Amino acid sequence: MPILEGQGVTKYFGGLAAVSDVDFHVDQGEIVGLIGPNGAGKTTLFGLISAALVPNSGTIKFKGENITGLKPHIICRMGLARTFQSVKVFPDMPVISNVTLGVHFGSRQKVTSAQAAQQATRLLEFVDLSGRATVPAKDLTLVNQKMLEVARALATKPEIILLDEIMAGLNSTEIAQSMELVSKIRAQGITIFMIEHVMKAIMSVCDRIMVLDHGKKIAEGTPQEIATSKTVVEVYLGE
Amino acid sequence: MIQLSWTSIRASKSYLIPGIILLIVLIILAALPTFGSKYSIIFLSTIYMYIVLTTSWVMFSGPTRQISLATAVFFGIGIYVAAILGMHLPLVVMVLIGGLTSAVMALLVGGLTLRLKGVYFTIFTFGLLELIKNLLNWYEVTFTGTRGRFVVVVDNNAIYLYMLAIVVLTLLTAFLIRRSKYGLALQSIGEQEEAAAHIGINVTLMKVSAFAISAFFMGAAGAVMATRWTYIDPFMAFNMNYSFTPVLMAIFGGAGQLGGVVLGAIFFAYLEQILITKYPYYYMLIFGIVMVVSILYLPNGLAGVFQKWRLRTVGGGNAHS
Repeated sequence: MPILEGQGVTKYFGGLAAVSDVDFHVDQGEIVGLIGPNGAGKTTLFGLISAALVPNSGTIKFKGENITGLKPHIICRMGLARTFQSVKVFPDMPVISNVTLGVHFGSRQKVTSAQAAQQATRLLEFVDLSGRATVPAKDLTLVNQKMLEVARALATKPEIILLDEIMAGLNSTEIAQSMELVSKIRAQGITIFMIEHVMKAIMSVCDRIMVLDHGKKIAEGTPQEIATSKTVVEVYLGE
Repeated sequence: MIQLSWTSIRASKSYLIPGIILLIVLIILAALPTFGSKYSIIFLSTIYMYIVLTTSWVMFSGPTRQISLATAVFFGIGIYVAAILGMHLPLVVMVLIGGLTSAVMALLVGGLTLRLKGVYFTIFTFGLLELIKNLLNWYEVTFTGTRGRFVVVVDNNAIYLYMLAIVVLTLLTAFLIRRSKYGLALQSIGEQEEAAAHIGINVTLMKVSAFAISAFFMGAAGAVMATRWTYIDPFMAFNMNYSFTPVLMAIFGGAGQLGGVVLGAIFFAYLEQILITKYPYYYMLIFGIVMVVSILYLPNGLAGVFQKWRLRTVGGGNAHS
């Protein structure tokens, strides 16, 4: 049964259809990749799912419930978390506070501040940022800020997490580490929907891949099917 | 649980000595009407007023970084409530009603406009001040045929004690908010609003409620201060100086820390007093120069200077800001 499902999702920016009549679904426990050339509408689709943007038409369902039109904080508390392509940490706050906030406000569970601090510490360990807990988030490298966003999103105890290009700008060692991180997240029973440009990573880590181009879904399938699909190759290489 | 009680013991210990000092200061201030001069009572009441206005302004605008110029609106509402109800009600009730009316106004206005960002919100709050001032003036001229009202006068010692009580409540509230998860959430909204919403923070509710809480104290202060002026009219009650001065005081003192806010309010209230009495013609000029110099050389205000100095002497044990 799909945990996340969209039907006919459409978003216009002025006259331009950034996302046009897209149907999608993500099953419980799956890792689904979302790829496509620049400007294909991937981040816009994530924005629509997490309610940063409101679709012009179409419906989005989460755990069978229609969530179109709900506010972002409600959707987060229902169990859908996200990270941002352009990092959006709380820059002047200590790293640990970035995460504690997620623990406190991101789920319907009430926690004491001691419990919140404990959970936040564990999450920083999980993304390998333990040593940097007290520095202001803006002093982290870009890569580490992305890791902090992952920890902050996980702090909200999501059932599904939308990862928007967490591997952009990473070297090959770091890419290997974040692929491992993605698997570790899934091992906790969290479903993953991820945008990524690093093909090696997306091909090896995803169960299924969706391809967007000019706001339309042009292909969907297993990594093998996508790698050998004529349409996809055309879109990427211009034939 | 053990860890929790341990940290709370440590926390209470570190607050013990400053707490005792504060308590002693408070007792002396509360006893002042019995031995202080009439001048010091009146002057200190003015300082208290500025501390309340500045602290409550910082309560909202500090963490959310949305600069409000509506302080004079909420202060003025308190003043008018006192002028209208003063004949019939005791001062305590008037203070509560003044505060609550301002808070309700803040809820309405905030609900409508807090989605405005940055300078648009600031300009709106400034416009609100002009709107209410002129609306009230028009109402009085056309319907009651008067302009302004007399206010029942309360004796200076009572004003002083009421203002002191409001100062204590305002500072306590500001302190508790700062230390709580709500304070942290407000801060996150100021730093990165979109991300705050996506980690489950109800951004609108947070902002509107903080705006209303800060307005409550402004209105309460207005209700008390009104009794000091025997006569008020819309242009006195909704004077834009009450919007700008708290901002200047907060910047000068350092909005990052409560101590700085209080220091800034005291310093400016004192400066204003000296300048107005001794150099009335240069008052605004000197005020302006102090402001420019402090923005150029004290980016974190007086509190920032003290902190730097303390870090240098102590060796930077806890560089928490």
